[in-house]
Amino acid sequence: MLSIKNLHAAIEGSPILNGINLEIKAGEVHAIMGPNGSGKSTLASVLAGREEYEVTEGSVTFKNKNILELSPEDRAREGIFLAFQYPVEIPGVSSTNFLRTAVNQVREYRGQSPLDAVKFLSLMKEKMKLVEIDQKLLSRALNEGFSGGEKKKNEIFQMAMLEPTLSILDETDSGLDIDALKVVANGVNQLKTKDNATIVVTHYQRLLDYIVPDFVHVLYKGKIVKSGTKDLALELEAKGYDWIKDELSGATV
Amino acid sequence: MTVSTKKDHQLVELFLSTQANLDKSGLLIELKSAAKSSLDETGFPTLKEEEYKFTNINKRILDKIKKYASPNTVNNIGDVLEANQLFNSLEGYKLIRNNGVFEAELSSKSDGSFIVKPFSDLNSDEVKEIGSIETINKDPFTALNSYSFESGIRVEIPEGAILEQPILLVDVISADANGECVHPRAYFHAGKNSQATVIEITIFLDESPVFLNEVQEWNIESNAHIRHYKLQDGHKAELGVSNTSSNLARDATFTSVLLSLNGEMLRNNLSININDTNCTGNMYGIYMLNGKTHVDNHTNVDHKMPHSESNELYKGILTDQSRGVFNGKIFVRKDAQKTNAFQQNNNILLSEEAILNTKPQLEIWADDVKCSHGCTTGQLDEEALFYLRARGIGKESAKSLLLYAFAGEVLDKITHETFKKYCEEIVHERLGAIK
Repeated sequence: MLSIKNLHAAIEGSPILNGINLEIKAGEVHAIMGPNGSGKSTLASVLAGREEYEVTEGSVTFKNKNILELSPEDRAREGIFLAFQYPVEIPGVSSTNFLRTAVNQVREYRGQSPLDAVKFLSLMKEKMKLVEIDQKLLSRALNEGFSGGEKKKNEIFQMAMLEPTLSILDETDSGLDIDALKVVANGVNQLKTKDNATIVVTHYQRLLDYIVPDFVHVLYKGKIVKSGTKDLALELEAKGYDWIKDELSGATV
Repeated sequence: MTVSTKKDHQLVELFLSTQANLDKSGLLIELKSAAKSSLDETGFPTLKEEEYKFTNINKRILDKIKKYASPNTVNNIGDVLEANQLFNSLEGYKLIRNNGVFEAELSSKSDGSFIVKPFSDLNSDEVKEIGSIETINKDPFTALNSYSFESGIRVEIPEGAILEQPILLVDVISADANGECVHPRAYFHAGKNSQATVIEITIFLDESPVFLNEVQEWNIESNAHIRHYKLQDGHKAELGVSNTSSNLARDATFTSVLLSLNGEMLRNNLSININDTNCTGNMYGIYMLNGKTHVDNHTNVDHKMPHSESNELYKGILTDQSRGVFNGKIFVRKDAQKTNAFQQNNNILLSEEAILNTKPQLEIWADDVKCSHGCTTGQLDEEALFYLRARGIGKESAKSLLLYAFAGEVLDKITHETFKKYCEEIVHERLGAIK
């Protein structure tokens, strides 16, 4: 589904990603872990098409399309969803109006007819249950005055509405208490099918108790330096990232 | 002392020489002759003067306008009104001005809750009111209007009258291709406990250069509540100055919402005088400018007495080579303790060449007050734009969603549903056209 080959990316001339290789197949959950500044969020941003990042080398194909040539909106319409680390508050834009615009523009791209108000609202009601999001929140402006947990729930709710084939959760767990974490993870798990895939970018192993990954990759200095199963995450949790750093410096000396 | 430059006096002479005997009734001769001397003495403001340093409107008038006498009125104005979509969608008390001249036949007749009189019918007490709130020395263009207006109207909203429908103040403007001047004038008296909404619109029949120089005075008695909405959506050869002043008595409210969407150069002076306690003055505005449109809003709220509040929010969206000016003055006098005065001016510049000058001006002499002001000028929020796009919303729609949300905060201050809907639609349409 997603194939990343030798991906290099830089921001304002300074390289952040230094040759990422990653293959993701339908039905898989991949966790990307790594210390601060290793490039985790950059990878998520580059996949979603954030324009500040410049791809200097390599390729990313999604469902056999070169997505690096696509605008952020077209990537979303193709089925890539980024759950933001810091969801943006947008005063004056109502959550409902925003979602309806998004859903219908995505449908239009996919050659589907737009949802009318009634169908849209019933879809919303159905998906709201997944993340136990309060309807009152959705009558407010997008993310405005939402708590940290509410913002993250809203991300997963949007994911449910847009039905992506590849979801990238960028530190969705950061700052959540255990109850909110369970709700978010439960939502993600319910949305999992054999046809879609998930990339979970996280700093903490804790999330992976609830969203169980098929593969765990460790990112360090812009490269995947170690890949394994969920046991790797447990090992990281026990030993910390220094272990990886030491192992790497040991290997190069 | 200001020494008038030759150029600035040239315009004064052009006006004074062509409009000698306009006051046919002779009732307002004192005002007119005082206005003449004032104008003769002060001349028009140049860029050297602080109040007009960004807005050289007298030069534009000299360059674009060739006829200084008032233009003829338009024939068959009834047909014109009938063809106007906005006018037809609004119901209410109609006040029609034809190139500045009051059209009694086409306007609504006076009834128990609305009394309109042309200046020629004023009694001696009413004559004294004209020019008492917006005085001739406040602004040279007020002096010019006072000297030049041909027929003004006095509107009375009697004590206790609650107007269910708005008053529609409609100017129909048609100018000669060489450029002409119109000086609309109105005085409103809102009696004790009265309540009314005024919607002011202008219908242009052509795009000839025109200079609209309006003066409007509001005497708002105790516990009267007035909402004033004005739409400026003219054409690219429209020059305009408006001077609006209101006096508020105890417990009174005056709310102004001004939408400036088109024109060549517009200057709006809005003053609210809080003369007693427990008053509310609200000043809201949106200016959405493109091309080379220049809009300058100067507002002034004068808190003279305690326990009153003023709220101000002006927002600008500027593109192309347009220019916006905002100057908001809040004056809190020594006696005006417990005043709450809030001011906000936010701007989004969508092009490199658009210019915005903003200046809050607070003068506070009382020591127990809450006053705040803030202004921001920036581009569209890139983070928000990316967030919307990452959800599959195209760049253009994402931009227009964000801009509409920005403008919406001011549009929401309009409480008249039909007018609000119309304004929302034109703002939407304009935002859709921004690339």
